[in-house]
Amino acid sequence: MLPILQIGPLALPVPPFSLLLALWLGLSLAEKFAPRRGIPADALYNLTFTGLVAGLIGARLGYIFQYPNAFIDSPLSLVSLNPGLLDPFAGFAAGLIGMLVYGQRARLAFWNTLDALTPLLAVMAVGFAVAHIASGEAFGTETSLPWGIDLWGATRHPTQFYELIAAVLTLSLLGVWSKKTDTRAGILFLAFVALTASWRLFLEAFRGDSVVILGGLRSAQIVAWLLLAAALAGLDRMKRKGSQHG
Amino acid sequence: MKFVQQGYARLFYGFLLILGLGWIWFSAVPAGATTRGKIPAPQTGFLAPNFTAKTIDGETVSLSDLRGKVILVNIWASWCPPCRVEMPAIEHVYRTYKDRGFLVLAVDSTVQDTAANAQAFVNENQLSFPILMDESGEITRLYRVQSLPSSFFIGPDGIIREVVIGGPMAQALLSSRVEKLLKELP
Repeated sequence: MLPILQIGPLALPVPPFSLLLALWLGLSLAEKFAPRRGIPADALYNLTFTGLVAGLIGARLGYIFQYPNAFIDSPLSLVSLNPGLLDPFAGFAAGLIGMLVYGQRARLAFWNTLDALTPLLAVMAVGFAVAHIASGEAFGTETSLPWGIDLWGATRHPTQFYELIAAVLTLSLLGVWSKKTDTRAGILFLAFVALTASWRLFLEAFRGDSVVILGGLRSAQIVAWLLLAAALAGLDRMKRKGSQHG
Repeated sequence: MKFVQQGYARLFYGFLLILGLGWIWFSAVPAGATTRGKIPAPQTGFLAPNFTAKTIDGETVSLSDLRGKVILVNIWASWCPPCRVEMPAIEHVYRTYKDRGFLVLAVDSTVQDTAANAQAFVNENQLSFPILMDESGEITRLYRVQSLPSSFFIGPDGIIREVVIGGPMAQALLSSRVEKLLKELP
């Protein structure tokens, strides 16, 4: 666990830094891959930038709507850099809408664009795993297995490392698939969703911080299962379409 | 041949989804199995580690005696610029919510500060909440502080709800978090 990296007088918060690094590396990778899917690299950058800006504005507005009095009392907080003043759900929705609007205006093909974004998403998944290792969040349940790690007062499953291994494997598999197999639009993105949802569904069982609903079910597993079902349905539909055309 | 392959793929997808449902059911958390709030650790979802320390005025304060209140443990030092910036906002929020059950425990990491400098800063900013002096560095170590300021929002049940490493925290962040936690009070 290393939430802060001290470099001389500079205290570098490792979790956000690893996410920023992943964003940069992922974008660089996606930029190289995008032309193979017929998406110009600069369009991909603009799309990502639009999504980030719309997401940030939406996340801050979403938070302001939840706690208006806090901002009436302190208007300067409107422009605060505190990430804690962002609502992730509002940000996700606004980012998605921003990207859809930009994509429509720039006439980007929907499935090709999602494929072009897949390297970025896969690298971001690795970045999240590294951020979890650094912060000690997303920790595991207690275990007596020999590879358990001492964290937060107990020996626990090293779920952050499981997550890192799964994310790196997904990235590597997609890298191989993108070169060798089916190049129909959407397959790569749906394969990424199916793989990521599968390992999340599996690994969530070892997490000690799961949000539990309906008398003991882990909510992240239910979301992952739904995503897996949607991705498999999408893959099936595309394969069927492909075989009809072929 | 392609239709046969398609059929196998569908079978595999169906098998995967049924396996997934089985795994969700198998890995469900049994009632009472959670360690939430049972183990003390300086992390969200855990019991806030207890400490006892003297205030700058010489009174003794124990965190465990304050159960039932919403508490912000803010670990700071007078030489730390973001600590100095956020302290007036903490004071403002404390004055606004103290009558509703909110308390600030500002722990001066005296092990890396001096009592005289801490006192001067407290006087300068007219801080009215308890200032604890961590002369041995025990609280700083107990809360695994790697960066100043470090803030811990603790609910009325004694469980840490959020950890904020670094600063300065905006006033809106402080008041929105406190407002949310105060809703848990009866």
